[in-house]
Amino acid sequence: MGWKVAIRRRGPIRTPERRDNCLPSAESKGVSADAALLSAIRSGDESAMAMLYDRYSSIVYAVALRVLGDTGAAEDVMQEVFLQLWRSSGTFDANRGSLGPWLAVIARNRAIDALRKRRPETGIDDVVVAVECDMAGGAERARAMEKVRGALGSMAPAQRGALEMAYFEGLTHTEIAAKTGEPLGTIKTRIRAGLLALRKVVYP
Amino acid sequence: MSPHQQFAEDLALYALNSLPGDERAALVKHLEGCAECRRELEQLRGDMALLALSTAGPAPPRRARERLMKAVAGEPKLQPAPRRAWWGIAGWNMAGWVTAAALALVAFGFWQQNENAKQLVSSMLRTSLEQQKRLQQAREVVDTLTATDAMRVTLVAAKTPPQPQGKAIYLRDRSRLIFLASNMPQLPPQKAYELWLIPTSGAPIPAGVFKPDAHGSAAVINPPLPPGIEAKAFAITVEPESGSATPTMPILMVGAGE
Repeated sequence: MGWKVAIRRRGPIRTPERRDNCLPSAESKGVSADAALLSAIRSGDESAMAMLYDRYSSIVYAVALRVLGDTGAAEDVMQEVFLQLWRSSGTFDANRGSLGPWLAVIARNRAIDALRKRRPETGIDDVVVAVECDMAGGAERARAMEKVRGALGSMAPAQRGALEMAYFEGLTHTEIAAKTGEPLGTIKTRIRAGLLALRKVVYP
Repeated sequence: MSPHQQFAEDLALYALNSLPGDERAALVKHLEGCAECRRELEQLRGDMALLALSTAGPAPPRRARERLMKAVAGEPKLQPAPRRAWWGIAGWNMAGWVTAAALALVAFGFWQQNENAKQLVSSMLRTSLEQQKRLQQAREVVDTLTATDAMRVTLVAAKTPPQPQGKAIYLRDRSRLIFLASNMPQLPPQKAYELWLIPTSGAPIPAGVFKPDAHGSAAVINPPLPPGIEAKAFAITVEPESGSATPTMPILMVGAGE
């Protein structure tokens, strides 16, 4: 299956006051390094693929392992995600945004598909991720991680629970409602509000 | 309430790939015509990426890198795009009319090839559309079987209490297996059910690990199986979540082929 890959910038996030979050590195060295690596990968350079793997394997593996709880299965998902990137590199335009967030979302979706033993969702063909954040590791990623964890820590336990069950366990709102005994509408609201709370903390 | 607010919560579920059938179809239709909701969907996926940042764990094993690079080396070679068109090279002026005449001949050749290519593309398009139709039909079957919001009803003789039940449909020649279970008791967190194919000779073969949903239903669709194995029976045991290579006794459920 060919993956149509696109990452778009958030419109308003280039304002100077937002420079204290995880953006600067994405704007400068992160995106340009990705662009250079992808350009080399497009011409069939395997060593560039190895470098790209070194940049993003830790986030891809971490999210797959958190979802699947099994190192072998997480490794399989990681392998699949990077191979698809190698095959689809021609359609990826790194100048339009960061590669790390896209890989993180695809890894999560693929891991959930593996967990629930279902075929990949059709929507994965056209996954556009509007966020800029250098997830290649180092200080930028650590700062963003700290903010996200802080946001999760300050959420009401029921909200955090609903968000994590939906994201890391791939449960539907119906399943979460059955598990927690709460109304469907409440669960829906909590999931969306949880995601928005993260956005607000990282992009205040 | 504006139409967009009406879809706001469904957008988050859609981003998480957990919006069920009817609501999903309605939202997809709305997204086709609503750029604002498409942008919000992209932003919600961005928020999902941020949530991925909360994870931390051991570094991937060293062998994973070697495995990937080996697979990459085995992939068909990519065709790099030419950096500069050949006619941009110096010499065009000197070649003059001779080159132009040669180009005209080449162009005629290309035109002929183009006509052939058009016919080929048209034929491929027809085949592709036919395949898409079949794929859609197959997807609908699998979606119905595996949909988390599907109503699942097990019919038994009246006044019989519900019993755990499993139904395996196996195509030996094509190594295909569909397994559906109902009324399965819930398991402790680190445990899962494992389905086993019991061959006519030899050891049981793992045929998928599954956990029932809140209603006790579960499905295993086409687990990886060795080709052409004749099955004597199928059985279910309780194993660690990651599955086992050999079954842990006791066998909870078993059924022989008809």
